[in-house]
Amino acid sequence: MYRYIIYNIAASVCALMLMSGCRDEADIFLPDEIEVSTPVYNSIKGFYLLNEGNMGSNKATLDYYDCSTGVYTRNIYGMANPAVPKEMGDVGNDIAIYGERLYAVINCSNKVEVMDARSARRIGQINIANCRYIRFHEGYAYITSYAGPVTIKPDYEQRGFVAKVDTATLEIVDTCLVGFQPDELEIADGKIYVANSGGYMVPNYENTVSVIDLQSFSEVRRIPVAVNLHHLRADHRGRLWVSSRGDYYTIPSRLYSIDISKEQACADYGIADRSLYIDSIDVAVSNFCIDGDSLYICSNQWSYASMDWEITYGIVDVASRRLLTRNFITDGSDRKITMPYAVKVNPITKDIYLTDSGNYVTPGTLWCFGQDGAAKWHVRTGDIPAHIAFCGTIND
Amino acid sequence: MNTSHSALTAIIVGLCLMCSAAKGFAYRAFAHEQCQLDRSKTQHALADNAMANRPHKTVAPSAPDTLKGELGEVSIVADRKRSEDIVPHQKLSGQRLEGLSAHSVADAIRYFAGVQLKDYGGVGGLKTVDMRSMGSNHMGVFYDGIQLGNAQNGQVDLGKFSMDNIEEISLYNGQKSGIFQPAKDYGSSGTIYLRSRTPRFVEGKRRNVQAVYRTGSFGLRNPSMLWQERLSDRISTSLSAERTLATGKYRFRYRKVFSDGTVAWDTTATRQNGDIAATRIEGGLYGRLDDGQWRGKIYYYESERGIPGAIVNNVWKHSQRQWDKNFFAQGSVQKAVGRNYEAMLNAKFAYDRLRYLNPDTTLMYVDNTFRQREAYLSLANHYKVSRVCDLSLAADYQWNALDASLPNFAKPQRHTTLVAAAGTLQWRRVRVLGSLLGTMVHESAARLRHADDTHACTPALFLYISPLRSHDLSLRAFGKRTFRMPTFNDLYYTDLGNIALRPEQAEQYDIGLSYHKSLRRSRLRRVELKADAYRNRVSDKIIAVPKGNGQYRWMMMNLGEVHIVGLEFAAQAQGEVLKELLAGVNLNYTYQRALDYSDPSDRDAYGGTYKGQIAYVPRHSGSITANIRWRRWRTDYSFIYVGERYHNSANIRANHEEPWYTHDLGMSYDFRLRGASMSATIECCNLLDQQYDVVLNYPMPGRNWRLTAKVKL
Repeated sequence: MYRYIIYNIAASVCALMLMSGCRDEADIFLPDEIEVSTPVYNSIKGFYLLNEGNMGSNKATLDYYDCSTGVYTRNIYGMANPAVPKEMGDVGNDIAIYGERLYAVINCSNKVEVMDARSARRIGQINIANCRYIRFHEGYAYITSYAGPVTIKPDYEQRGFVAKVDTATLEIVDTCLVGFQPDELEIADGKIYVANSGGYMVPNYENTVSVIDLQSFSEVRRIPVAVNLHHLRADHRGRLWVSSRGDYYTIPSRLYSIDISKEQACADYGIADRSLYIDSIDVAVSNFCIDGDSLYICSNQWSYASMDWEITYGIVDVASRRLLTRNFITDGSDRKITMPYAVKVNPITKDIYLTDSGNYVTPGTLWCFGQDGAAKWHVRTGDIPAHIAFCGTIND
Repeated sequence: MNTSHSALTAIIVGLCLMCSAAKGFAYRAFAHEQCQLDRSKTQHALADNAMANRPHKTVAPSAPDTLKGELGEVSIVADRKRSEDIVPHQKLSGQRLEGLSAHSVADAIRYFAGVQLKDYGGVGGLKTVDMRSMGSNHMGVFYDGIQLGNAQNGQVDLGKFSMDNIEEISLYNGQKSGIFQPAKDYGSSGTIYLRSRTPRFVEGKRRNVQAVYRTGSFGLRNPSMLWQERLSDRISTSLSAERTLATGKYRFRYRKVFSDGTVAWDTTATRQNGDIAATRIEGGLYGRLDDGQWRGKIYYYESERGIPGAIVNNVWKHSQRQWDKNFFAQGSVQKAVGRNYEAMLNAKFAYDRLRYLNPDTTLMYVDNTFRQREAYLSLANHYKVSRVCDLSLAADYQWNALDASLPNFAKPQRHTTLVAAAGTLQWRRVRVLGSLLGTMVHESAARLRHADDTHACTPALFLYISPLRSHDLSLRAFGKRTFRMPTFNDLYYTDLGNIALRPEQAEQYDIGLSYHKSLRRSRLRRVELKADAYRNRVSDKIIAVPKGNGQYRWMMMNLGEVHIVGLEFAAQAQGEVLKELLAGVNLNYTYQRALDYSDPSDRDAYGGTYKGQIAYVPRHSGSITANIRWRRWRTDYSFIYVGERYHNSANIRANHEEPWYTHDLGMSYDFRLRGASMSATIECCNLLDQQYDVVLNYPMPGRNWRLTAKVKL
């Protein structure tokens, strides 16, 4: 009898040994290449797409679309930088190209990853806790951060800041305190404009845009706009466009525009009437981009009234400040999109790139629409495709 | 992964051989004079309990005086016969439980078939359990017969329950298939029963005292003591106290390689902020009545711990902290009136306080305190109609309230009334059990609107046939419908809550067979084999979905649907391999397909979620535990295998998680010193120092050690 037992124990041990052999070591991610379109030749060679990845997943990834081959390549960071532990990081929040370099703001990894714009090879990193958005001006990068000075106070007060970084040395040379939880920023007319959200102060959201003088790098005033501001971009007609997220309950998301010179004049003469320089359009905004006179919007807003998401794919004419359409998709592809998250327009071909973040935890989709609003192609991306930076110049 | 399949095939072949080996020997019943305390509330339970509680008939717990006693104690034969469970449950008790190198109940539960543990690592890390992929909220955890609740998030952190005062852990799929039980016991799709140590005294002894000191890796210092006193023939008392201190520090390593095997990067760091300081005090009073028994219990747990957080690029340390206070008092009385009727009354009051602090001012500062209160009352009646038929009726009432230091918090309260009617029919070798549970839930909230009332009726049907007179072979089947209420967090949590949520529905069907054989004269004493096939469906599954507009706002929606098909095999064998050398082996294997049917439009070959295996459920998983005893020495070996998984339903390489498996080895020696029985144990967990994550970016400890010294007076 015991021979059987011994046999069985031996069999089990063998089984264990075999089992022990089946664990592979984790490989560096190899990029996936997918041919999605036909080649198009112009001065825009392609674009990088930064996937945010859900918080804690460490799945911020970088994709690249090459216009000259029509090939979409997923997840290029790992292979371009095989020696970087834990890859690109947790929650990508912004991406931009300045000069020869690609900058990716990785929010929960508390850093801005600096890479070569052609190869995506890592050059270095700028450590900034809870960093959000980036803009450039004359050799300096300006980065917003939610993380203010560390002070111990019974009442929580944590104002955010804008960091001024020398792009040559990647060192922070100065910081400027702004409002609570500053999000996107824009540089126009010698000023930095910062959209303050107050996202950590629920329900006491911030409602201002901070104005920083570039020369002195200090905050000169605040422009009250609306609660929980998010994106902020300037058009070529001297206006700033700011989106408010609303409070998710009674105040809906909305798009605001500020006339920069009129606001400056009102500030100079102490005129308090905001209606002289602020205008708004009744449209919810998750993300927007400006191309010439067209401001493209995508939004998904939860409505407690209808208990459903209200989705908009809008175009605003920045000259007349009118909403031209609430759905620029004409071929019915919008039915296949779950959660529109970001929109970007190719300044040369005028193709509209729209991302669908789906359920936030599985791969999203990138859609390309022509100016006629018909889908040209779509491709699966990483998790939460969100930020696009074009490579090349707009001068054809 | 082909090798893993061949390995499993080898195991199955091994089981078959074991089975055929058993068949070759004459059937002789293995007599069990061992008195077992079984709290199963079945028709015979009362008589058994009354008998078992009689002090002069019982033996001291796990004092290994004779070989026969030892072998009997690990056996579950007598237990199964008496409790007349229609579904044979999985059980860990006695020396097998002690030999598992388990620090908490969660560690031990991993050895059951069909169970997935979500473990965030370390002594203080959150550990929750999911049975047959239905979600941890569908599972009920009962402590000494009364459910442990958490109306706030529905999750019971089993890492908080130390093994020190636990005598037995039982796991039931469907429900405990007795009928003399509170209505709550019918309300989950799977149930874990934890039973604390009940005082038992050898003839002439009035007092049992046990002191244990544990130390080892992670800066663990863990003294505990147990004091049991017989106050009179009918009343005994027990006091158990424990302190757990650990720094929670351990080294972990992440690495990646190129496809040719050369190292791309390799990094080692120390897990920080995983410290814990916890105190547990538990007191019990146990009494015997004429034709009945009663017990009362007070439990207090207090802890402060760090929350180690996810390891992501450039972030190797977190500073979040959590404080817990859990208190409950519960009592139970059980009495027979006349020959055919018995009743049981259960009552409980619980108070839980949780404080969460994020002091990291670069992030959102959070300092929230949650307070939960629960009151529970249950009356269960059992009537024996005839030799063939038994009926029971149980009614429960439960009240839950949650308060939180959040702005505009809803302060919800929930009143739940449960009524369960059940009956069994036993005719020759066929047994049928049917039950019907009615649930009525009413909620109120101080602010905002509250959820609508819920009324539901959920049936269950169990069938058991033992077709052969000469062999202990049985077939069983069950079908059950259950639901789980949305938790207070699902409904009312600021921003995230959605009061329009419906309950989450679950259906389960199971068929299985068991074979058992006890042999007297052979070296192989006992063999038991079990196999189950099941099909479950969870619909209206409550999942978090993004609310839109950035900022990571989520809300809860009834959008999920999961279809689960599974197979489970379990085998046990015990024997005396050589003279005085006793050995036992247990094997478990689970195969599961748990597919996400939530979004039929998401079918892309790359990245689609439709029909993808849901997060963290392996297709193949299994465990092996073995022990060898020789005179005063004892060696335990445990192995756990969890196959490849994906961390979400998009089953692509970027979401792939490698299999993990750990080998644990323990050795102990018992001896007597000046009338005290003592034992010393050394355990090594994760012997091969495997570096793995159970949950993405939460590294688990590598090889770690534990030393235990125990004194019994």
